[in-house]
Amino acid sequence: MEYVRYIDRTRDYYLSQGYEKPYQWAEHDEVALTRLKKPLSECKVGLLTTSELAIEFDEETEEDPIIEEGFRSVYAIPADTPTEKFYSRTNSFDSYATHLDDVNTFFPIDRLREAVASGRVAGMPDRLLGAYNNYSIKKVMNDEAPKALEMCRADGLDACVLVPV
Amino acid sequence: MSLIARYLEEHGIPTVVIATARDIVETCKVPRFLFVDFPLGNPCGEPDNVAQQREIFDAALDLLETVAVPGTVVQADYRWSKGEAWKEGIFTEAQPFLSGEAKQKWLDRKEKYRELKQQGKL
Repeated sequence: MEYVRYIDRTRDYYLSQGYEKPYQWAEHDEVALTRLKKPLSECKVGLLTTSELAIEFDEETEEDPIIEEGFRSVYAIPADTPTEKFYSRTNSFDSYATHLDDVNTFFPIDRLREAVASGRVAGMPDRLLGAYNNYSIKKVMNDEAPKALEMCRADGLDACVLVPV
Repeated sequence: MSLIARYLEEHGIPTVVIATARDIVETCKVPRFLFVDFPLGNPCGEPDNVAQQREIFDAALDLLETVAVPGTVVQADYRWSKGEAWKEGIFTEAQPFLSGEAKQKWLDRKEKYRELKQQGKL
């Protein structure tokens, strides 16, 4: 079966729900490409998710390990968090077809750890990144994207894997 | 998310996107895109299928190494193990995308955003 045309499908769906103005998805014909500057096995590779990732913690004795500055901006996720402590707060997934109980289906942290262990990549940063599904293209371009770049640079990343949910 | 990939790439950081909504990512156009034809929520493989998740992640790393043409899209060679009926139901009247509670959460967030914006905090 052909893949789902979400742009058409959501437009029709939200019109049927009484919304009048269809969402204007970002549209571009061209895109830049930056090649790796060295072999992947020498690269530090990061991870960025839009899954509204959260960490289970004891509110009485601990602080939330996720560092979030600003409203729905890019946040930092400690990379040494045990995988079983992660969960997603997002509702933006197909809850009829699947679930988000296995964090590696949308935030492949163990797969990245394995890639580091096997030497496929040289390393990963101490923090991984989360961003929101912000509807405003302006907010993404003026706030999230520059913030993500700043954090990637500060962490010395050579490449980044991005997984939207 | 696609916009962030484009921005990072423009500023010298190579990226690869692993995603399920092919048309949305293609319309925005990202440097390297591994398309996985799975339901929204599981772009990196099916739950508890570690071998498959490993192959998908590895394929994404391959793209980082090999892609020479900006905007390259590669489809991972997998089909959802429980069949493809999910494709017919998503975003239809029969399957409201957000439950009542989830919709309320979304509306609350929109309201908070408006408030902060009015206060000039955004």
